[in-house]
Amino acid sequence: MKLGLVVDLDTCVGCHACATACKEWNGASAISGPLSDYDPYGSDPSGVWLNRVRHYEVGAYPDVKTVNFPMSCLHCEDAACVTVCPTGASYKRDDGIVLVDQDRCMGCNLCAWACPYGARELDTASGTMKKCTLCVDRVHDVALPEEERQPACVLACPTHARHFGDFDDPASKVSTLSAERGGFALLDELGYRPVNRYLPPRAPPTVVPDPPPAEERGALHRLIARAKAVLAG
Amino acid sequence: MPVPIENRPLPQAPAAERRTEYSTCYMCACRCGIQITLENDQLRFIQGNRNHPVNQGVLCAKGSAGIMKQLSPAKLRKPLRRKPGAERGSGEFEEIEWDEALSIVEARLRKIRATDPKQLAFFTGRDQMQALSGLWAQQFGTPNWAAHGGFCSVNMAAAGLYSIGYSFWEFGAPDWDRAKYFVLWGVAEDHSSNPIKIGLDKLKRHGAKFVSINPVRTGYSAIADEWVPVRPGSDGLLALAIVNVLLNDGTIDFEFLARYTNAPWLVIQAPGAADDGLFARDHENRPLVFDDAIGDLTGAVTFDTRPALFGEYTLPDGRRAKTSLALAADRYLDAAYAPEAVAERCGVPADTIRRIAREMAHVAFHETITLDVSWTDVWGRVHDKVVGRPVAMYAMRGVSAHSNGFHTCRALHLIQMLLGALDGPGNFRARAPFPKPIPPKQLPAISPAHANAPLGGSPLGFPTRPEDLAVDAEGRPLRVDKAYSWESPLAAHGLMHMVIANAVAGDPYPIDTLILFMANMAWNSSMNTAGTRDLLREKDASGAYKIPFIVVADAFWSETVAFADLVLPDTTYLERFDAISLLDRPISEPDAVADAIRHPIVALDRDVRPWQEVLVELASRLQFSAFVKPDGSRKFHDYCDFIVRYERAPGIGFLAGWRGVEGDRALVGAPNPRQWDAYIANQSFFAFHLPDALKWNRFANRRYLEFAKKAGFITDIEPIVMQIWSEPLQKFRLAGEGRYAGPRPPDPDDAARLAKYFDPLPFWYPPLELQPTDDAVYPLHALTQRPMVMYHSWDSQNAWLRQILAENFLYMNAGTAAALGLADDDWAWVESRRGKLRCRIRTMEGCEPNTVWTWNAVGKQRGAWALAPDAPEATTGFLLNHLISEHLPGAGRRITNSDPVTGQAAWFDLRVSVTKCQAGETGAWPTFEPLPSTGARPLVLRWSTT
Repeated sequence: MKLGLVVDLDTCVGCHACATACKEWNGASAISGPLSDYDPYGSDPSGVWLNRVRHYEVGAYPDVKTVNFPMSCLHCEDAACVTVCPTGASYKRDDGIVLVDQDRCMGCNLCAWACPYGARELDTASGTMKKCTLCVDRVHDVALPEEERQPACVLACPTHARHFGDFDDPASKVSTLSAERGGFALLDELGYRPVNRYLPPRAPPTVVPDPPPAEERGALHRLIARAKAVLAG
Repeated sequence: MPVPIENRPLPQAPAAERRTEYSTCYMCACRCGIQITLENDQLRFIQGNRNHPVNQGVLCAKGSAGIMKQLSPAKLRKPLRRKPGAERGSGEFEEIEWDEALSIVEARLRKIRATDPKQLAFFTGRDQMQALSGLWAQQFGTPNWAAHGGFCSVNMAAAGLYSIGYSFWEFGAPDWDRAKYFVLWGVAEDHSSNPIKIGLDKLKRHGAKFVSINPVRTGYSAIADEWVPVRPGSDGLLALAIVNVLLNDGTIDFEFLARYTNAPWLVIQAPGAADDGLFARDHENRPLVFDDAIGDLTGAVTFDTRPALFGEYTLPDGRRAKTSLALAADRYLDAAYAPEAVAERCGVPADTIRRIAREMAHVAFHETITLDVSWTDVWGRVHDKVVGRPVAMYAMRGVSAHSNGFHTCRALHLIQMLLGALDGPGNFRARAPFPKPIPPKQLPAISPAHANAPLGGSPLGFPTRPEDLAVDAEGRPLRVDKAYSWESPLAAHGLMHMVIANAVAGDPYPIDTLILFMANMAWNSSMNTAGTRDLLREKDASGAYKIPFIVVADAFWSETVAFADLVLPDTTYLERFDAISLLDRPISEPDAVADAIRHPIVALDRDVRPWQEVLVELASRLQFSAFVKPDGSRKFHDYCDFIVRYERAPGIGFLAGWRGVEGDRALVGAPNPRQWDAYIANQSFFAFHLPDALKWNRFANRRYLEFAKKAGFITDIEPIVMQIWSEPLQKFRLAGEGRYAGPRPPDPDDAARLAKYFDPLPFWYPPLELQPTDDAVYPLHALTQRPMVMYHSWDSQNAWLRQILAENFLYMNAGTAAALGLADDDWAWVESRRGKLRCRIRTMEGCEPNTVWTWNAVGKQRGAWALAPDAPEATTGFLLNHLISEHLPGAGRRITNSDPVTGQAAWFDLRVSVTKCQAGETGAWPTFEPLPSTGARPLVLRWSTT
């Protein structure tokens, strides 16, 4: 089993719904919550987020595109964060989810250095590393209705730009979407075999309008003639 | 190298009592359905309700951050009274008990009501219960009531309701499931949040083209297939150039125009006469058309009529008359509206304008959608198909917030009418209780207020002619905001932005008491913020405040709270009952008539009361006739009781679901004493799904109109004929020209404005503020927008959302910045004719070169909203509002800086210059005295339910 996410860059409007839904579910989750917020009402508010949305511009005016880019742990198959962890806190499950065992983590930060994606965040209040759990306490929870066994970010996403599923199953939605839309892995060349896939923007549809009418007798005459023809018909 | 696989037991949460509740979000105006999980009675998880018609399961960043709103240290905790001797604005209060607070308000209001009810002005900001607050004001007897629509969306509402019978925002929606071409005008990240996002995904999935017309490529524009960086304020010109192309190409829906619009109605051509520009009518007052089938004039339009769309005809009495469409064609075929003529002003190449117009026409007429749905038109003819022109449009802020927004929005509706792209498959659909007659049959109250009596009608409505204005015998405004005066005749949402300035100036008159609910008038909801704050403190010669008494009802410690004499603390949306009513701003979707409720999810932990309860309590104490029995005893024991038992008309109340004594009636029925329980048991919303035959062409769909009449949405079953040529506008124009056979404006300034701006056909004019302003002095357009994470939110600077955005910059095109010697993070002076401010610069590519913009309402006053005094919101964050004047430039009479038709605040008309600061000039400016610190601010927040 290879659980992961597909993130659609064609429809992500950068609204941060995934980020706060994640913060909300995982903040009160037993897996790695709370997710501390430092100076939350002060001069330099910051905190632990397992999913963040960044915004970029590509190109120059007027041929410029704004790209919204949500980032969370990609649950690599060859996860360097697991390899380097000196305490064995970081581990990969047989469903593909990479987790941090909060009881074993000593907050040494080595995994965060090893992760090329910047997907891990140290909670300085708990002294432990936090990362995307793929909402492991939702996706396998049989007490939840089946359609809610999804990561919080996927449930919330207003443009349905996020999809969750098993990449080992070629018939799963994540596999088919990725295949159909050219899903790509981030920095694949580094060799960590990230599981999550990003869908590139679709090519804009083309509309080929009809040629304009021949210039004859003036526009008003044309209009009147067409009106009579259409309405008499 | 693959890492080892291991499974470990997962940490388990301590056993908790878990339950699920359903309610309605209030983090913005969308009113999405939410599913709330509680653990041990504490909020655990707020998610979208999958079954809800508005959000269909999704939830935005604000919705999920609702938990942080509930935990906000900025919550008010107890009624507050300004300390004796403390100045307004200082924020120095003493806590008092509710009994005393209510007694103070009751005594004050009792006296006003017994003497001069208009001395009370009651204005509500992010009010989602306007049906109650409007009724309350009407019952009190004051015309001085409105919500925040006057600086938000009235141009959209009024343009729609005077043109097509429904409108952008809450009264209509694109057919996201079927549209093949979608044009979004001036919508960045605002109305409406989740529905637009859900819709854009649907469009993308089925391959529709999405064109965004917007000077800034943020928000939804980021994923547009084509971005058209228009110059601010020129959208109307662009739209009319599209009209020019459609007419030139002859690509218009002749049948739709003939059948469903007033295109064939004959307009009297009598220059200089009192009836010039009015519709020619028969003896039964029916508008005349020329019927090509019989070769004669007729007012009795049936399905067999073949009305001529063009031509000039002689009326029986010898007068000449032309069809509406002929007049429109005369205007828009003019070279002044050709793409080449407008390209420079709009900043859009002529080829692009022409191509977009032709793409729209192609999709409308060659990618037509036909549904096998049988429906009956209003003339009784049965059709076996519904035909849709799948071009959808939507528009909001970038159109509405300009002083030419009404006509610009009318121009958009004109495109829709020409394409026949209204309430059909794939285009722009109505949401119940709309469409309504054009305009809706509700006039504003125009009789002066009387002591101890309700107002003669609703404070707000839709004038159709000068006689409907709320002015006295001398033509002076009856309302303090001058809505429905000669200055702002079609101000259907009031002018909240003018209340304070007008009341302090005593123009048209002073007031005694101002009640503000959820409106930040001392900060981001006012134009000229610093000036408004001074006005709130302005005193007369005796040392008394010119606005003698200010009551603020709010849940949070806003900047405006500091200016209150009395603060009535409200609850959060998770702590009270609410009715989201069809009598109010509906949440219906095109396929379903819907309303919703809120109910308390968490227990109150402080001494606050729902504002609704306070209104019902005051109404009962003050003996409002709708709230007491003949013997004077109270009719409703609380808000919930009121919602259940109040009937506006027999069988029609605030909530449409589960009516009837047994709760088995939908939409109309006797009060159901267990109605709240029924809503709570049904996930807090009611949706009546329309059968297919009632879903389309509702402006002329007999079965729908019959249904709408039964439901109380409309009063007559008659076609709702869309208005290309607007006779109400023409009547006001005639009044301005001194030719109207009825009231005329006494002031020549008003007369000139009416004559110019009440054009019965949409037209474009430069935004008013621009006209006298020297382009060379203030060369840049300056706009504000709300970010998606905060759009329309209250207390949005909560612990999570402010981590996403806690400061704002002035954003500008990188090339423009370079030419001004500006780079990222430079401090700059931004100056308008009103004043100047200091802020930091950020450059970007996705910004029209003549435009600068910033996030609105991120800047805060020091100490407000329980933020630390050194919070970035106060140290580097800023408000552009300081630069916007509430009045137009000029030495003459004070005239509101608003759309001259609707009174919509023209805060997007702003023009500025930007210059780099000298070395050492840093920090946001202007700044204000810090407010006293309130609320406990944890250094570290570790939120959990355990």
